Amino acid sequence: MSAGDASQEGTPHVEPGPQAGQGAQAGQGPPVKHGPPVKPVRGRGPSVVTRLMETRYLGWIGLAIALGAPLIIATPYALNVMTSAAIFVMLAVGLNIVVGYCGLLDLGYAAFFAVGAYTGGVMAAELDIPLIATVPAVLVVTVVAGIVIGAPTLRLRSDYLAIVTLGFGEIIRICATNLEITGGPSGIYGIPGLFGDDVLTEPAAFYYLTVLIVAVAVLLAARLGRSRLGRAWRFVREDEDAAEAMGVHTYKVKLAAYIGGAVWGGMAGVLFAAHLTAISPPSFTFLWSALVLMAVVLGGMGSTPGVVVGAVFISLAPELLRDLADYRFFVFGVLLILVMIVRPQGLWPHRSQETARTAARSKEPVA
Amino acid sequence: MEPTEAGDRSSTSDDQPLNNRVLLEVADLDVRYGGVQALRGLSITVGKGEIVALLGNNGAGKTTTLSAISGLVRATSGRIMLGGRDLTKATAPKVVAAGVVHVPEGRRIFSLLTVHENLQLGGHLVRDGRELRRRIDQVYELLPRLAERRGQQGGTLSGGEQQMLAIGRALVARPRLLMLDEPSMGLAPLVVTAVMDVIRDINAAGSAVLLVEQNAKAALKIAHRGYVIENGATVLHGTAAELAEDSRVVEAYLGGV
Repeated sequence: MSAGDASQEGTPHVEPGPQAGQGAQAGQGPPVKHGPPVKPVRGRGPSVVTRLMETRYLGWIGLAIALGAPLIIATPYALNVMTSAAIFVMLAVGLNIVVGYCGLLDLGYAAFFAVGAYTGGVMAAELDIPLIATVPAVLVVTVVAGIVIGAPTLRLRSDYLAIVTLGFGEIIRICATNLEITGGPSGIYGIPGLFGDDVLTEPAAFYYLTVLIVAVAVLLAARLGRSRLGRAWRFVREDEDAAEAMGVHTYKVKLAAYIGGAVWGGMAGVLFAAHLTAISPPSFTFLWSALVLMAVVLGGMGSTPGVVVGAVFISLAPELLRDLADYRFFVFGVLLILVMIVRPQGLWPHRSQETARTAARSKEPVA
Repeated sequence: MEPTEAGDRSSTSDDQPLNNRVLLEVADLDVRYGGVQALRGLSITVGKGEIVALLGNNGAGKTTTLSAISGLVRATSGRIMLGGRDLTKATAPKVVAAGVVHVPEGRRIFSLLTVHENLQLGGHLVRDGRELRRRIDQVYELLPRLAERRGQQGGTLSGGEQQMLAIGRALVARPRLLMLDEPSMGLAPLVVTAVMDVIRDINAAGSAVLLVEQNAKAALKIAHRGYVIENGATVLHGTAAELAEDSRVVEAYLGGV
């Protein structure tokens, strides 16, 4: 599902595993065709896993795994879980624009998810139109929401920004609980499907549709990360003052990241509304913002494949651990701590293409 | 050599560039940080093709001068002109677009990004990808050491290489005026010489240079003219040779004799 900017330092200790949770064979991907033979670095060639993680076909492999998963398990429950996981991937990729690319800590990301879900849901239910028809309106509303929340807060830095976004996340949820148009505490239900009530509502069909939409979203986000704007985001993340001194318009660049995150979150919200056909305020609590952030950090900030893997892990682990009953979240927590101890940069950290290229080509060992 | 009068306003009458072709003119600049006045009517000029050194103790206002020129801090009064254009109120991106690039103190390279990515920042205002690559390749030609390390993270470079990277990053923007803040800081004497040589090369290629230094000796070796700043105003100015022999400069900045 991810684009090919994947990269990995040294020999990874972790297989691109969590996706195997979807039932596919991640470890034994198809033999990958490489270009010219890779020169060994420091006397040790890249392992099979490294090659796999750096292949250009990574995105296709991910997509194949996601599309192949229902062939292995296709119970309604499994499809439901996998669809939620795909939507969660989209959220994580969106937050990755804000936190990973641009380095802005956003603790209220669920706000944009809610704005998208409610805008789409309310419009579709009230006007009795398919959800897909609400997408242009959702786009406009999420962009506006991004500007309204971002414009005044982005002058703040790190901790202060985190606190203010946390507040906005709660404000949106409390508004949804108290407004009449959003159905108050019980929310809205009977939301028409993406293409109306009778089209593509089969769980399997909806799953495939979701995977395709999410795949496009992931690809677009990865492209954005490699664009000129994406570079500007990295400069702002690394050193805002230095970036500004070299002519980067840091405020505009940060606002662009915020708007990007808002649009991705909002679109994920529309998918969420289509998936559940009912939405209510408890779906948009701080826990959601925290979980999405966790997926980004766990996977590897700024790394598209990392964030995808992190999101799949975060959304599937509690389900896979369901047998542990009450100990489920305890084990989940311990797993998270372990991952952060063993791989503090994330499961699949970002590495620049330039580094990968140099490592592959350098004839002399780097001093 | 014209030491200015007791007052802290320096005269602007004869601190003209040696070739009389003014590029940058800073006149009567005042900058305050809250209640603290950092610059009090500071005036300097930099001519086309000149290297001008700004000398002075910690807190004299050297860095503030550069920050005010590059639009990172706002002047409360005074004027900054570049080739006839008023930059007094310009934002940092506008100043860079006008051709003034500031290499800040402590280098401020991106330690987690690669050398190549660092250089890309310098060309942020270049929208054409091919032109950007061409410019970066030229910097690699000028500073071959960087080409060898293009895929390495900036933070893994030695101090001298990091300074070269900071300078290289600025060069990608093709500055008419390159402003360097303490390029010799923390470098071994041999490396300082190498950095100064690079600055001289850049100047020979056509960029004017405004050089802030505590290492007055190294700076005066390559500068054409210089100013001494105290308490936010220029107190001395003259050619580099004059300053290097001035008893007050020798005593205060060149370690006496």
